[in-house]
Amino acid sequence: MTEAAATGTPSAYASIRGGSSALTRTRVRAAWTFIAPTLIVLALVAGWPLARTIWFSLTDADLNNLGDYTFIGFENYLANYDGEWFGLLTDPDWWLSVWNTVWFALVSVSIETVLGTIVALILNAAFPGRGVMRAIILIPWAIPTVVSAKMWNWMLHDQFGVINDMLLRLGLIAAPITWTANPVTALWTVVMVDVWKTTPFMALLILAALQMLPQDIYEAAKVDGVHPVRVFFRVTLPLIKPALLVAVIFRTLDALRVFDLIYVLTANSRDTMSMSVFARQQLVDFQEVGLGSAASTLIFLIIALLVVITMAAGRVRLGGDSR
Amino acid sequence: MKTLTRVGFWLLVLAIALFSLFPFYYAVISSFRSGADLFTVAYLPERFDLSNYFAVFQRQPFGQNILNSIVVAGAVVALSLALGITAAYAFGRISFRGRSLLLLTILGVSMFPQVAVLSGMFELIRSFGLYNTLPGLILANLMLTLPFTVWVLTTFMREMPKEIEEAAFVDGATPWIVVRRVFLPLMAPAAVTTGLLAFIVSWNEFLFALTFTLTNERRTVPPAIALMTGSTAYELPWGTIMAASVIVTLPIIALVLVFQRKIVSGLTAGAVKG
Repeated sequence: MTEAAATGTPSAYASIRGGSSALTRTRVRAAWTFIAPTLIVLALVAGWPLARTIWFSLTDADLNNLGDYTFIGFENYLANYDGEWFGLLTDPDWWLSVWNTVWFALVSVSIETVLGTIVALILNAAFPGRGVMRAIILIPWAIPTVVSAKMWNWMLHDQFGVINDMLLRLGLIAAPITWTANPVTALWTVVMVDVWKTTPFMALLILAALQMLPQDIYEAAKVDGVHPVRVFFRVTLPLIKPALLVAVIFRTLDALRVFDLIYVLTANSRDTMSMSVFARQQLVDFQEVGLGSAASTLIFLIIALLVVITMAAGRVRLGGDSR
Repeated sequence: MKTLTRVGFWLLVLAIALFSLFPFYYAVISSFRSGADLFTVAYLPERFDLSNYFAVFQRQPFGQNILNSIVVAGAVVALSLALGITAAYAFGRISFRGRSLLLLTILGVSMFPQVAVLSGMFELIRSFGLYNTLPGLILANLMLTLPFTVWVLTTFMREMPKEIEEAAFVDGATPWIVVRRVFLPLMAPAAVTTGLLAFIVSWNEFLFALTFTLTNERRTVPPAIALMTGSTAYELPWGTIMAASVIVTLPIIALVLVFQRKIVSGLTAGAVKG
């Protein structure tokens, strides 16, 4: 590659002034050489495994003997034997996990957006100790998910947990609650821990957008005596909307693939199972690679569809600048 | 009215700080308590008993787990940065046909749900003979870190002034020399930011580590903590788990506090500028 690049150099000066020429061609060739390793690695660790997962979803593969399988078409998804329907699409547990995941994503991202905006507005105000506060809110984000799930597990312990103790002392509940085992509270508990962990991320992204806003608008509003709440809804919110949307999209995609938090916080409980937890359970615990891969493929399709819709909506612009 | 607003504001600040810090604070005080003490709730630290911290290392190969995590995260960061900087130069500074499409594809990969590649990755790792080894985890984690490394570094690369490399090209430098001599030093701050994010992602990674390792000696920290069991199947050793949690969280908190600004700039470069 170095030799190839060297051949272009004599005309380098001329080409910078003159435009397209040997140097441009050398640079384009160099570009492909530079990205080739990354593309090869990504094809190996992302493209190939994804293709194999989709292929496995059309087979009856078993985890113990991955080499020995037969092609069964779409039977993992939907099959009809003697007039009765089988397969993933008829499995109530799968649909429950879809519902859980969607519910979790909607509720947690909504709460995180509102709280994140509030935290960002506070951090955008000038007050002593602002730097310290910004560091403090980063801590939940930095703690490994598994660790934060374990910390909350302990705090939410039904007998010795500090949360039950607090609520009992305050007289808010009459008896300890089994937060993670009770089907009514379990999913809310997952949402609460997720809110604790990812609101900082949301807040920081929104804060970055807030800090780019022109200050003179606010001075004008102040001079005119407009109420701050009105200023927020009429001025701030429309201006940070693009950044807010990007943050919401990122978080939603993240929430849809949730695994660690639910796996550790509520074990393999059916009530809170997410799509990812369901797929891994089929794949590893039940060794059903075919069925597990079918679930994985559906998760991929759902998320890919969302990504394509978002990108088509034009929120993400790429490589638009021509150098 | 004015004072009321001020009081309200500070109460809100206090509430946020308390909500953010309390779980970690509670983990710390719980880690110093053991045995029957844990069956009563304590809000204030009452003793400084390190027995849980010794127990973590005695009861299981936790030192090995930490070492595994460091090796995996370190290798993942090194590989991601090496591949990422060269690729980012091409994406950020050279215009060639198919660039936008390729960048879009790479961004798409960063949105992949991990579970979507799980069975294919399992087969890949097994066929390379890397099941239950650290290189297997390094390979798998690259899928998580490489796309955003390329992405964030490309946004940083674009912001560099054009004149820098033109001067070098006029002097007859090849693209490879330009990357190594001109951009590598200039990209150092961006590389630190991106490297930190990649380190945190790899350090926290759970699904691959859980699925592609089998024995306790080969586990990284997250599955080691998640699968910690007590002397009996019904009783979880909460004191020890909290001690382990504090041990692995402290270095991350230190990193975050030291590099706070860099991390924030990396996060926003990856998301907002997109």
